[in-house]
Amino acid sequence: MTDPVYQTEALLAEDIDAYLVAHQHKTMLRFITCGSVDDGKSTLIGRLLYDSKMIFEDQLAALEADSKRVGTQGGEIDFALLVDGLAAEREQGITIDVAYRFFATEKRKFIVADTPGHEQYTRNMVTGASTTDLAVILIDARKGVLTQTRRHSYLVHLLGVRHLVLAVNKMDLVGYDQQVFDSIVADYTDFARSIGIDSFVPIPISGLAGDNITSRSANTPWFEGPTLLAHLEEIEVDSGADQAQPFRMPVQWVNRPNLDFRGFSGFVASGAIRPGEAVRVLPSGKTSRVARIVSLEGDRDLAVAGESVTLTLADEIDCSRGQVIVAAQSPLEVADQFETTLVWMDEAEMVPGRAYWLKIGAQTVSATVHQPKYEVNVNTQEHLAAKTLDLNAIGVANVTTDREIPFAPYAENRDLGGFILIDKITNQTVAAGMIHFALRRAQNIHWQATDIGRDHHAGMKHQKPAVLWLTGLSGSGKSTIANIVEKKLARMNRHTFLLDGDNVRHGLNKDLGFTEADRIENIRRVGEVAKLMTDAGLIVITAFISPFRSERDMVRGMMQPGEFIEVFIDTPLEVAEARDVKGLYAKARAGQLKNFTGIDSPYEAPENAEIRIDTSRMTPEEAAEVIVERLVP
Amino acid sequence: MTQKTLTHLQRLEAESIHIMREVVAEAENPVMLYSIGKDSAVMLHLARKAFYPAPPPFPLLHVDTTWKFRDMYALRGKAAEQAGMELLVYQNPEALARGINPFDHGPLHTDMWKTEGLKQALDLHNFDVAFGGARRDEEKSRAKERVFSFRSANHRWDPKTQRPELWRLYNARKAKGESVRVFPISNWTELDIWQYIHLEGIEIVPLYFAAPRPTVERDGLILMVDDDRFPLREGEVPQMRSVRFRTLGCYPLTGAVESTATELPQVIQEMLLTTTSERQGRAIDRDQAASMEKKKQEGYF
Repeated sequence: MTDPVYQTEALLAEDIDAYLVAHQHKTMLRFITCGSVDDGKSTLIGRLLYDSKMIFEDQLAALEADSKRVGTQGGEIDFALLVDGLAAEREQGITIDVAYRFFATEKRKFIVADTPGHEQYTRNMVTGASTTDLAVILIDARKGVLTQTRRHSYLVHLLGVRHLVLAVNKMDLVGYDQQVFDSIVADYTDFARSIGIDSFVPIPISGLAGDNITSRSANTPWFEGPTLLAHLEEIEVDSGADQAQPFRMPVQWVNRPNLDFRGFSGFVASGAIRPGEAVRVLPSGKTSRVARIVSLEGDRDLAVAGESVTLTLADEIDCSRGQVIVAAQSPLEVADQFETTLVWMDEAEMVPGRAYWLKIGAQTVSATVHQPKYEVNVNTQEHLAAKTLDLNAIGVANVTTDREIPFAPYAENRDLGGFILIDKITNQTVAAGMIHFALRRAQNIHWQATDIGRDHHAGMKHQKPAVLWLTGLSGSGKSTIANIVEKKLARMNRHTFLLDGDNVRHGLNKDLGFTEADRIENIRRVGEVAKLMTDAGLIVITAFISPFRSERDMVRGMMQPGEFIEVFIDTPLEVAEARDVKGLYAKARAGQLKNFTGIDSPYEAPENAEIRIDTSRMTPEEAAEVIVERLVP
Repeated sequence: MTQKTLTHLQRLEAESIHIMREVVAEAENPVMLYSIGKDSAVMLHLARKAFYPAPPPFPLLHVDTTWKFRDMYALRGKAAEQAGMELLVYQNPEALARGINPFDHGPLHTDMWKTEGLKQALDLHNFDVAFGGARRDEEKSRAKERVFSFRSANHRWDPKTQRPELWRLYNARKAKGESVRVFPISNWTELDIWQYIHLEGIEIVPLYFAAPRPTVERDGLILMVDDDRFPLREGEVPQMRSVRFRTLGCYPLTGAVESTATELPQVIQEMLLTTTSERQGRAIDRDQAASMEKKKQEGYF
């Protein structure tokens, strides 16, 4: 029995220079192992590290001590302890996050993403799979294809992992029975076809006993396929396929050390480029040629997918971070509305209509997510109706960005079709997304240019348009104050319009209720109307509870800089509730009114409002005076 | 179609450079923590590649303890100058005033000079992102560390609030006062580091190569008597031994290994044939298996 891992040792001892030359030309494979708690996943990884001599004696001594103390193998070496990292997890006996392990053979360096198999941790598996070329799906030979197996397979397929290994583990516990193996493979084949997996490589193994891991097992003479490690060493890595695609490089950073040099730095997402070749910058569409590929070691004559490079162009054209340099003859699509698959990763559920940051390539834009078309049951792959997505849910939803972005469908390119969503307030990464296709090409929709512009409208009225956005609890006095403000401005011959929360709900927004999503849509529409009115030159006064910070910020973002004036009508809840002009607080307290701000729905007070009105110290008249003073000094 | 197979080192290099550029594009005031060791040397070399022909657009920061090897201090200024970068050196004034040292103060030495010193230096300069040369293969708790590791306003690391990192997309957004430690060489192993140093001809501290050095053996570690601050115990006489170091830190806390490897290929050969892991020469990790995780939560790198 020859062991591929140990062959290198002779060379290592005899001729270190030859060894180094050989090892500098190793390739790299990233893979993920997926299995449930008891499938022996950690044991398998521990075994790979152990067999490839990545465990040193002192670590082994610690491992032996730990195995006796908390091990599950009756004092024998518990390989799982090698890979269970954080203290809290070790005590619980499960891994709860993504850990990365490293080992190398004479042919390859491997990076293993180790992710837990628990149901609630879809997030971790998706994270781990996003960077891998191959997935090892572990099955307990005694249990066969389980719900978890289906879930793991669906997830790695969803993330576009092209190579799949079905490792039927614990063969020692079923007497190395070929029939058991064959029937599991048959079951899995049916399932794999049903979700679009074309091919996979099944291998019977035992992580604990070491069968078919690094060396062929005498216990499975009926098995003719490769050992797990041999397969991992032989499989073709994806970079070749990426290089065959047209050239695409998102510009990460513009290198401008002095006036004579302007380089565009980025990670080549696909294809290859040489000096002299024609390129196009998207979304602007400007074209030029690559002048140089600059590096510390001197100019290069080729850059390929997977490299971080710096290019200079022959012409001085505008190009900044987030734009994409592509082969001139095969441009990318540019759009601002997409159908996507979203994997929700945050404790706080998705809020349709809310604006999130969307990061794709080297670009971050503002984007709104629409109500999901459906949610996918990850266990059965059934489509379910859904109004939102919560932690670990996967669904298909449309996403609209606030500007055009160059992209490729995720199935074609991970770098140009994968994105994350970031909450604008907490800054947390709340979702991972994969673009299917553009819903409409943005370049086909033109903004109708009008001859009489907003400056003209405002000029005729001799005023500067503005939005006075009054926010505060129900009963805080917003409408009362807004009304006085408008009267005062009218007396000063200012052209105004008052948009009141209750009134708008009788017409424009009468289809909306009071759920979080409906409240956001309510504010979005009011924002759009207010924007049109400022274009018409008006001073708009609004009186809406507008409880969420992110929606107020969204409206602020719609307006010209300086035109949005946030006015916080600051009245303590007890005071507003005591007034209870419309009797709403009483109803809410009695449970007759759901989602009432301040009672069972939060009010997020402004942090940097332009004006704060403390109603405990001011009459409505005085408050109005303060606001008008700020607008017309 | 042109095809070019990228080696594992080329792919690691491309990833590290991508991470560094991402930080420079998104951070307000980044800094690179520079410890003068081999990992720092590789990180610095990668930074020069990432931003060439510009010098790396951030300063180097060495959080000093006054107890590093003399050879390390000698390389420090030279490396910064070659890269065309500003070098900031910070020494915790309280530790300096109280004469904190590894001989008399035990764990307090690391805590005050390094953990506290680092926090003070970051606060002093208002750095919002700090590059560090930590690798995931060094220690079990680091295997789960993110590339972008978030710290609260008081520099604490909370394993539960770290963000998922998908594809090559790093979310660097943060609230005021929060900071990020970024580890661009997370996915490199010790062997990768050595191979890269060899391949790229990166200058490293001579202590990594074997030479006759004055040493004493104490508590199972071979310690180098690097200057006359080393308090010899009764009966201890420094002996010349041919030794080298696998990691470098404060000289009284860093164990040497006996070796005759004076060239890099021999060092790599010894490393591959050896049977003890890299951190074993460091006194800091010995207490208990989870000690690094505790240190990290407190703000140690």
